[in-house]
Amino acid sequence: MSAYVFRRAAQSVFILLGVTLVTFMLLFALPADPARMIAGRSATAETVDRIRVELGLNQPLLVQYGRYLTRLARGDLGRSYAQKVEVEALLASRLEATFWLMLGGIFFELLIGLPAGALAAVRRRGAFDRSVMLGAFVGTSAPQFVVGLLLLYLLAYKWPLFPLGGYGSIAHLILPAVTLGIAGGGWYARMMRSAMLDVIHQDYVRTARAKGASEVRVVTRHALRNALLPVVSMVGLDFGTFMGGVVVVESVFGWPGIGQLAWQAIQIVDIPVIMGVVLVSATAILLGNLLADLVYPLLDPKIRYG
Amino acid sequence: MGGAVGNVSNCVVILVDTERAVTARQHPSAPGARAAPASRTWPVRRPPALWARLIRSPAALLGMLVIGLVVALALSAPWVAPYNPAEQFFDGLTLEGRPLPPSGRFWFGTDLLGRDLLSRLIHGARVSLLIGVAANAAALAIGTLVGTAAGYFRGWTAAVFMRFTDMMMAFPALILAIALAAILRPSLWIVALVIGMVNWVWIARVVYSQVLAISGREFIDAARALGVPTPRIFWRHLFPHLLPTLLVWGTLGISTTVMFEAALSFLGVGVRPPTPSWGGTINESQSYFLEAPWLVAFPGAAILLTSLAFNLVGDALRDALDPTLRGRR
Amino acid sequence: MKRGLLVVIVTLALLAPLGGPGWGQGRATMIVTFKDDVSTLDPAIGYDWQNWSIIKSISDGLMDYEPATTMLVPHLAESYTVSPDGRTYTFRLRRGVRFHNGREVSSADVKYTLERVLNPKTQSPGAGFYGGISGAAAFSEGKAKEVTGIRVVDKYTVGITLDKPNAAFLHTMALNFGHVVPKEEVARLGADFGHKPVGTGAFRVKEWVLGQRLVLERNPNYFLRGRPFLDEIVFQVGVEPNVAFLRLQRGEVDILGDGIPPADFVKVMADSKLSKLVAVGDQLQTGYVTINTQVEPLNDVRIRRALNMAIDKARIVRIINNRATPANQILPPLMPGYDKDYKGYPFDREQAKKLLAEAGYPNGFRTTLYANNTDPNPRIAQAIQQDLAAIGVRVELKTLAQSTVIEAGGTKGGAPLLWSGGMAWIADYPDPNNFYWPILSCASLAPGTWNWAWYCNREVEKMVEEADAMVQPTQAAARAAKFRQIYRKVMDDAPWVPIFNERRYTMHSARLGGVKGIFVDPIHIPVHYDEVRVQTR
Repeated sequence: MSAYVFRRAAQSVFILLGVTLVTFMLLFALPADPARMIAGRSATAETVDRIRVELGLNQPLLVQYGRYLTRLARGDLGRSYAQKVEVEALLASRLEATFWLMLGGIFFELLIGLPAGALAAVRRRGAFDRSVMLGAFVGTSAPQFVVGLLLLYLLAYKWPLFPLGGYGSIAHLILPAVTLGIAGGGWYARMMRSAMLDVIHQDYVRTARAKGASEVRVVTRHALRNALLPVVSMVGLDFGTFMGGVVVVESVFGWPGIGQLAWQAIQIVDIPVIMGVVLVSATAILLGNLLADLVYPLLDPKIRYG
Repeated sequence: MGGAVGNVSNCVVILVDTERAVTARQHPSAPGARAAPASRTWPVRRPPALWARLIRSPAALLGMLVIGLVVALALSAPWVAPYNPAEQFFDGLTLEGRPLPPSGRFWFGTDLLGRDLLSRLIHGARVSLLIGVAANAAALAIGTLVGTAAGYFRGWTAAVFMRFTDMMMAFPALILAIALAAILRPSLWIVALVIGMVNWVWIARVVYSQVLAISGREFIDAARALGVPTPRIFWRHLFPHLLPTLLVWGTLGISTTVMFEAALSFLGVGVRPPTPSWGGTINESQSYFLEAPWLVAFPGAAILLTSLAFNLVGDALRDALDPTLRGRR
Repeated sequence: MKRGLLVVIVTLALLAPLGGPGWGQGRATMIVTFKDDVSTLDPAIGYDWQNWSIIKSISDGLMDYEPATTMLVPHLAESYTVSPDGRTYTFRLRRGVRFHNGREVSSADVKYTLERVLNPKTQSPGAGFYGGISGAAAFSEGKAKEVTGIRVVDKYTVGITLDKPNAAFLHTMALNFGHVVPKEEVARLGADFGHKPVGTGAFRVKEWVLGQRLVLERNPNYFLRGRPFLDEIVFQVGVEPNVAFLRLQRGEVDILGDGIPPADFVKVMADSKLSKLVAVGDQLQTGYVTINTQVEPLNDVRIRRALNMAIDKARIVRIINNRATPANQILPPLMPGYDKDYKGYPFDREQAKKLLAEAGYPNGFRTTLYANNTDPNPRIAQAIQQDLAAIGVRVELKTLAQSTVIEAGGTKGGAPLLWSGGMAWIADYPDPNNFYWPILSCASLAPGTWNWAWYCNREVEKMVEEADAMVQPTQAAARAAKFRQIYRKVMDDAPWVPIFNERRYTMHSARLGGVKGIFVDPIHIPVHYDEVRVQTR
């Protein structure tokens, strides 16, 4: 197993290199000039040119990428063009908040989705099943901005049960995490339900039942275990995507996450910050998928990695 | 559909196929057998009876009706819509520039430029259906292929495919979209392409995990041992187990894909203003939601109803294709 | 008797600072919300709407404006004289002004500051403003070790010589880029100076948590006695305008830094209680559509005039909830040189169609309009699209990210029509030449220019140069008249369609007070932080 992890880590390094290269090239394919954005509106052409030279943006693309890689190897992510602050500091200031929101979001997604999906599978075609299905669609179709704003308005403004956005305590985390939970919970509920249904009606489960194991044990042991496989994949995916930032929820709740940083950086083409965020986000995605892959054998012993 | 007997020592491993399932179940000594109603004849191949089965379900009928309605509206939009969707009425806004709530003149109210919302929704059905259904289906197809191949063949194939998937997932699609917006002439096909290129990764991961599990089961080993060609294994034995997952992603995915299209159009990649789309209307009116809720509620309801309709039909389709559920209601 | 009176007066004078509001009752704190993080507080680099006024409270320049007005007055300078030929300015600095680190300001600091801005290594956006100083070009190109035009005459006197007289020079000394900074702190902090700025201002940085808040605290040694009134300002960043509005209503914040959210604007102005909390004022801003004079058929002035007559500006103003007034000329009403009597082009579709026919396009033509994709700019662009369609001009709309639009505008022939909303143009200083040089002059034409109309009229250029040479205060009225002439001429060429002049609406909590107009100070956006008072929390 450790050989497998080692191999994955090595592969991840290559992937990260590839992602940084492609992103770098794309950023330069953008019809936007970072030097001009820094120089602002009243700058003369000379000022813009001088800024460009200072930032090294007049060098050929591969030279710039080479310099970026050498600095990256030293652990230097560069400085933001706009804020002149070190990119590491910017990322570090946002990572903790992003991490907690990721945890909270996944927690509520599972809390809302898994029991609903499991119960819906067991009571198939009943009223509960149909309302879970409806709820899943409403939750995933509703725009996150609207859900978040509505929750804030009702639960923090009209009835001050929670703080009006911001960051600092568990109380601040609840509403944004619930917003993510509503948006994602429907997926978990539906996947859980369909994966369990697929298993519940399989012959071996019927055999187990015929052999006299109690209904509950049958459901929990065989069906749940197998249904958790796609759920684990989805948690791995959520880990990666949430760590990359969820700009809408962060904006509405004033949550200082990486999503806001990325969005602002893209507007002004702040290349070092964009590269930094892409690096963090890509690492998180690779990590999330790796963790999910490591969990599969625990759920289904027949899955083995060579 | 596929089903395998778990306990090898007690029973003969039976390779299940639609036809064989029939014979196995009709044999009283086979485990899991049920008395087949004598009066019914089981159809052997699907097409004609599938429709019959679908129509029997009221939920599916409802779904098909809604889909048919939406498609009809989309196709006949220029004739059905009460007004020109791009026309900004001078009196479509209040004196202070606020949109009008639903009234006798504007059934769904007006948007932030004084345009009739109902007309915009009807015309918007084209974009949203095309993207929500077609692009989504494309992403689904690609993702399923990649995930299945990786999960079934494992080893090097899995490593290459899944690492490629990881890379596509790690790649910042937003920046790609902005770059495309400036370079190419914006059109719906680019949106469909970007969505197809970006969205398949999620389904690939989920399908991969499921195929990993399913392909470990005995009936697959047996099939391989019996020399069943791989495409047939995919189609006959793996795919039926993946169908529920695909249905979930295909139907829930409609709304996320529609909103993705709205985001891409916002960046300039997709439809150009003033072309309406459901997601686009929501996107531009979100912050006005507390003051003018109809601007989010009506397009949101349209998206919701469409995905629900597809879901109802999809569920019925899945039931109809799954012989183990026949007779259970 | 006199001695007794003297004792009383002295005692009162000593007690006065202690008797103001806030003493012994806690700190006077104000909370301002912003959506975006504060970028940098380095006066040489900071150049966005958010940090501009914050920097004004942390550092000071030789000149400044009377609060709530556009009147230029000496600030760090005690006085100044101008040589008869208008090219040399001699500033006498105030004595006893100290940086936050305790050191006294001297004229060497002024020279250092300006040279720092002109130094390419600093990457200052403002270098161009001081390019007119003698020796600046040679210094920036690396050919000289210092700027010869800036002379340290003695410890408190500095002389600046220009290549040519420039009537707006004193305004450039009021810009943030000229705010004096201490050499030793810049050397010590390096690139982190923007994060830990040291200046002479009314406030200093107490705490800055990236992405969450910036806290300023009062500078007790500020050279203007009695200022600032506040003890502390907290800038909360990352707050969405809709949520900031909810917080204001709950009394949790004092000023909406990004303004009233558009969705709630009408409701607020209609509500008798809430509208009292809104200060209204004008801005030095014009929103316009640039018409690219290098692109067929827009190079024909008749077509440009037709476009001017085709757009219904009143309707556009309505679409943005009447937060602006329709514009008929280049300059905004607040700017000296604004022509009250100028009528501009009337809204007349028939006339417009006639002009198109005259120019050879009776059936109209196709063209492209670029706009920023942030609300409300796509809506305004669509309104313009509909208006132009009414005279036969079929416009394809491209609503893209800001950086892309700016790039398209700066490319010759790149953007036939461009709606400036969300990007341009607010004046850097309240002088009419700031609406000419960066966005309408021949001199500005180069790839990346903000002169998106690619307009160049040599005659007009000469007139502006002549007007800029009218340096003496006695010539001010004549200069304003000349600029009225200049901009009339520009409007005749119709490189733009001026659409509206935005008004400022600043919403604040009821506990804030200050001189009238402080909340809509044309130079300090959103408010003049040094002048705001508050009752203690």
